[in-house]
Amino acid sequence: MQQLLFMGSFPEAITFKVGIYVDWLVKWLMHNFGDIFNAISDGILWVLLKIEEFLLWVPWWGILLVIFLLGWRYKKITAGLLYAFLVLLIGSFGLWGYMMSTLSVVLTSVVISLIVGIPIGILMTYKDKLEIIVKPTLDAMQTMPGFVYLIPAVLLFGMGMVPAVIATTVYAIPPVIRLTNLGIKNVSKEMVEAAHSFGSSNWQTLYKVQLPQALPTIMTGINQTTMMALSMVVICSMIGARGLGMEVLIAINRIDIARGFESGVSIVILAIIIDRITQGIVNRHKVPQQ
Amino acid sequence: MTVKVKVENLTKIFGRHPKATLKKLKGGLTKEEILKQTGHTVGINNVSFDVNDGEMFVIMGLSGSGKSTLIRCLNMLNVPTEGSIEVNGEDIVKYNKQELREFRQKKVAMVFQHFGLLTHRTVIRNVEYGLEIRGVPKEERYEKAKNMLATVGLEGWEDKYPSELSGGMQQRVGLARALANDPDILLMDEPFSALDPLIRRDMQLELLDIQAKLKKTIIFITHDVNEAFKLGDRVAVMKDGVIEQIGTPEEILANPVNEYIENFVQDVDKSKVVQAKHILFKPSALVSIKDGLKVAVKEMKTNGISSVFVVDSERKLRGLVTIDDTIKAMQDGKTLKDILIKDYFTTDPETYVQDLISKASSSKYPIAVVDETDKFMGIIMRVSVLSALT
Ligand SMILES: Nc1ncnc2c1ncn2[C@@H]1O[C@H](COP(=O)(O)OP(=O)(O)O)[C@@H](O)[C@H]1O
Ligand SMILES: [Mg+2]
Repeated sequence: MQQLLFMGSFPEAITFKVGIYVDWLVKWLMHNFGDIFNAISDGILWVLLKIEEFLLWVPWWGILLVIFLLGWRYKKITAGLLYAFLVLLIGSFGLWGYMMSTLSVVLTSVVISLIVGIPIGILMTYKDKLEIIVKPTLDAMQTMPGFVYLIPAVLLFGMGMVPAVIATTVYAIPPVIRLTNLGIKNVSKEMVEAAHSFGSSNWQTLYKVQLPQALPTIMTGINQTTMMALSMVVICSMIGARGLGMEVLIAINRIDIARGFESGVSIVILAIIIDRITQGIVNRHKVPQQ
Repeated sequence: MTVKVKVENLTKIFGRHPKATLKKLKGGLTKEEILKQTGHTVGINNVSFDVNDGEMFVIMGLSGSGKSTLIRCLNMLNVPTEGSIEVNGEDIVKYNKQELREFRQKKVAMVFQHFGLLTHRTVIRNVEYGLEIRGVPKEERYEKAKNMLATVGLEGWEDKYPSELSGGMQQRVGLARALANDPDILLMDEPFSALDPLIRRDMQLELLDIQAKLKKTIIFITHDVNEAFKLGDRVAVMKDGVIEQIGTPEEILANPVNEYIENFVQDVDKSKVVQAKHILFKPSALVSIKDGLKVAVKEMKTNGISSVFVVDSERKLRGLVTIDDTIKAMQDGKTLKDILIKDYFTTDPETYVQDLISKASSSKYPIAVVDETDKFMGIIMRVSVLSALT
């Protein structure tokens, strides 16, 4: 008794091994829904590989050119030049291929986030019940460290790029849902009524009035989702995602300062450029208000 | 006159259980009691009225009296809790989704208090909106929208965004957008309230012009009694969701049915409502040019007046003679034609009394009212101008 109350360490008598049940659950899921998981896995892998293939098919100077043009269009010409130079720097570190792997996971996750997130954000404004479920879920998701998502992803999809995409998507999707919802909700009521008063259907009102009005807000959501995806991809190196994050991880394990520095700096560069360019796009899409 | 819109026993209750609340309302509870007991708001309560084809029907009332609720029922932005709204004999409350969309696309258009313009679209694309929804081909709707913008005086502003326009211009866009659809019925919910007074006056006059040209049936909401009386062929006064009185501005001014309306019309600046035709009177003395001087003298003496208007056989106004001149002319052997005076004022019957004040105070003679063919209709005495203003 005394031992139970006063010892500094947690008593061994109180044990509850929950892990075994989770193991059962996963096995049960795999047994019954294995085909579904496989189909999802194959689908994601296919998209991912196509994107990566494409990124590697474009010649290196083509990528630099695109980045320059984006920087020029959405910021200014000096920004375009700077971004292109910075990406050139990543290539000169010998990390071009890793960068493309990282980018392809980010792009795949963002695309999935948009395809899933924007409709959810829209539906939430109409279906109160959906909102009651989704809102607290998003709150919970945003308080969780990204690290935690690795576990279910690995349990259900194993190691590699696919669970990385899934974990990244799940981690990065809240902002686009939230801001789509916010954007649609904030469209002036009178404007929506005006649309209805002319006999617009709900669809027409959505794509002729609400979506264009909400676009700047949705763009902000896309920017945030992209940035979160990038930060998560790095963490996903732990479950076997190739890319810049994996380089950092290896460098840490080997205490290889040179390699760590180069890959670390590359991630920072990527983050800055993606943020600046998407910010620029957001600003360009501001809707003039009354 | 044909009835265009027939509203019967229309009630709208806001809240979760409008039908159940309706029973309580019918059971005799007041609006306040219902709000207290059930938390439901009675927007409008058992409202009935007709609007004639081509009429400008104004609904007036204080803020919160249910004006918006009522007008929004007329295109079903609000679904009434009970009652019927017949437009061209069809009850729009019974329409299904498709019928309602068609009705909104073709028969009715709304102008909003804060304009309700689509800020992400250019001016012309705003005006095109209704036509776009109807599926009118691009070229055609562009043409129509452009014409309509010209009608409201916004030529050359097609490619601007609403945010680049002043409030008055934005509401012109709102009006053009509504008219572009060529609706039978125009619903206007306090369209000029957000504009400053000078612009508001311009817009009111322009609306009257447009109305004279296009002959739409217009239902116009305002909380400004002067605006109501200036624009309305007939005016309905609302209070707490109920229509208290319906009538022409003159009827309401002359016979307010209760104290509420009396208080309301106290604010009326009558000079902007009362027109020459309302205060003219047909003088008992009138001389024809063919009559002799003797007749003229007799007319003036028996009526105790010192001057009289002279008309020709078609009742066209020829001039005025004074009693002194006439007696002198008889001695000098002149005729009536020789002594006609022209330095009196004339006015047409539509002129507002306000615009007669200066004429009335600077003339020795009554003002003659003549129609557009110069036909004599009557006279206005100085005193009647001044008394019409008080
Ligand atoms: N959508 C709504 N939900 C609840 N109450 C409403 C709604 N719209 C209007 N009301 C209430 O109905 C009453 C009449 O409002 P409204 O028709 O807007 O008045 P007005 O246009 O004359 O100022 C007010 O008490 C208002 O609060
Ligand atoms: Mg209102």
